[in-house]
Amino acid sequence: MPSTIALTVARYRPEQESEPTLQTYEIPYRKDWVVLDALNHIKDNVDGSLSYRWSCRMGVCGSCGMKVNGTPKLTCATFLADYVPGPVRVEPLDYFPVVRDLVIDVTDFVRKLKQVKPWIIREGDGAPSDGEYLQTPDQLDAYKQYSMCINCMLCYSACPIYALEPGFIGPAAIALAQRYNMDSRDQGAPERLQILSEHEGIWQCTFVGECTTVCPKHVDPAGAIQQYKLTGATHWVKSLLMPWSHR
Amino acid sequence: MERITPFLWLLFSAGGTVAAFLFPIHLFLIGLAVPLGWLEAPHYDALHRLVTHPVTRLYVLVLVSLPLFHWAHRFRYTLYDGLQLKHLTALIAVLCYGAALLGTAVAAYLLWSIA
Amino acid sequence: MSAPHYTLYHPRWYRRRVSVWWWLQKRSYTTFVLRELTSVFVAFFAVVLLWQLRALVQGPEAYAHFLARLRTPLFLALNGVAFLFVLFHAITWLHLTPKAMVVRLRGKRVSDSLILAANYAAWLVLSAAVAVVLLRV
Repeated sequence: MPSTIALTVARYRPEQESEPTLQTYEIPYRKDWVVLDALNHIKDNVDGSLSYRWSCRMGVCGSCGMKVNGTPKLTCATFLADYVPGPVRVEPLDYFPVVRDLVIDVTDFVRKLKQVKPWIIREGDGAPSDGEYLQTPDQLDAYKQYSMCINCMLCYSACPIYALEPGFIGPAAIALAQRYNMDSRDQGAPERLQILSEHEGIWQCTFVGECTTVCPKHVDPAGAIQQYKLTGATHWVKSLLMPWSHR
Repeated sequence: MERITPFLWLLFSAGGTVAAFLFPIHLFLIGLAVPLGWLEAPHYDALHRLVTHPVTRLYVLVLVSLPLFHWAHRFRYTLYDGLQLKHLTALIAVLCYGAALLGTAVAAYLLWSIA
Repeated sequence: MSAPHYTLYHPRWYRRRVSVWWWLQKRSYTTFVLRELTSVFVAFFAVVLLWQLRALVQGPEAYAHFLARLRTPLFLALNGVAFLFVLFHAITWLHLTPKAMVVRLRGKRVSDSLILAANYAAWLVLSAAVAVVLLRV
C-alpha cells in the first residue's frame, strides 16, 4: 500500500489565466478516503485557494459532481483505492461553464428543471377534511425510480447531445418530468407534454445511454426518455385520429 | 418538421424493428449462404410465384420501405450530431426522407407491376 | 436572486469547445456512433432487396445475372460487412427495446431480462419462418 498518491487537479483562476491548467498535489494515501477527502485535505493543509463544491458527503445532495479520470462521478462516493497508484485526475464537469477551478455554473440546468414543472399539478385541491391522497405500493412503484434523482448533473456531463445542443432540455429534467407524470396524484401530464414535445425536448435524444451509465442513483434517465417518446408519439397519433378529445 | 417528429420517430422505430428481426436472416440467405454455395437458391419460377401473392407483396413493401425510413431518421441525426452539420439541417432532412420515399415508391411500383 | 440573462454570457467563465472528434474520445461514444452507422448498412441491404425485386420482375435471365453479381468478391465483401453491421443493429435493438417499453402484468412491471428473452425468441422464430419459406418454396 503506497503512503502517498498524486492528485492532478484542474485549476482555473480567471483573474490570472484565460484557460484551465492542471496542478498536481502529492497527498497522503488513506485506503478509506474518497476523492472528496483528498480534496478537503488539499484545501485544509496544502492549498487553501482550491475551489470546489460539496455538502452532505454521503451521496444525497448532488453537490460534489466532478470528472475523475475523465468520468463524471460523485467525489464523495469515489474511492482513492480504486485508482491506486494514481495519479488521479480531477476536473470540473463537462459542458457547463467553469466559474473557477472545479466549480461550474448550474444556471442552465436549474432553468430547464423549472421548465418541466417538477411538482404535483392538480386541477383543484380538495379541502384537508377530504383526507389524504391514497397511493398503493404499485402506484408508488410506477415513479419511485425517477424520484431518486439528486440533481447532481452527472448525466448532463455524460450526454453528447447536451454537449452539441446546449438547448437540449437534458436527461435529469425529463426523468423528473416523468417522476411527476407517472405519479397517480398528478394531473399535469398534458402541460409537461407541451414543453417536452418541443424541438429541444425529448426528440433530440438519440438514446446514447451514457446518462444512465453514469447516474449514481440508478434513475435510468435514458429509459425514462425513451418511454416518454412512446407516450408522446401515442398522444400524437391519438390527437390525429381523435382531434375532438381534448386531454 | 417539428410537428411530425413523433410520426418520424414511429417510422424509425417500426423500421428498426423490421430491420432487427428480418434483415439478418434475409441478408444471410441472399448475401452469403446462396452466393457461397452453402444453400441452394430457390428456383426462379417458384420465387416469382411467391411474390405475386398479395401477402408477399405487402411483406416485401414493408421489408424495404420501413428500414429505409429507419435509415433516413437515424442518418439524419448522425450527420447533425456527429458531423455537426447544423447549417444544412433542412437539406439533410429533405435528402434523407426523400430517398426513403423514393425507395418506397420504386418498391411499390415494382410490386404493382408483377404479372 | 439572479438575472440569468447576463450571467449566461459571463465573459470570465470558461467554456470548452466541443471537438468534431468528440465521438472518438470515449469508447462508449464510439460504440454509439458505430451503432448509429449500422443504419447505412440497413439502407444498403434495402437497396439490395430492391435490386433483387427488380431482377425478379425483369425475368429469369435478369435474376440469374443478379445472383451472379452477388457471387463476385466485391459483393461478397460488401454483404459480409453489411451482415456484421446488421447483426450489430439487431442485437443492440433487441437489448434496448426493454428499456423503452414498460410492460405491466397485473400491476407489476415485467423484468427487462424477460422481455429480452422474448425478443430473442421472436427473432429466432421469425428467422426460421423466413428461411423455411424461402428455401422450401
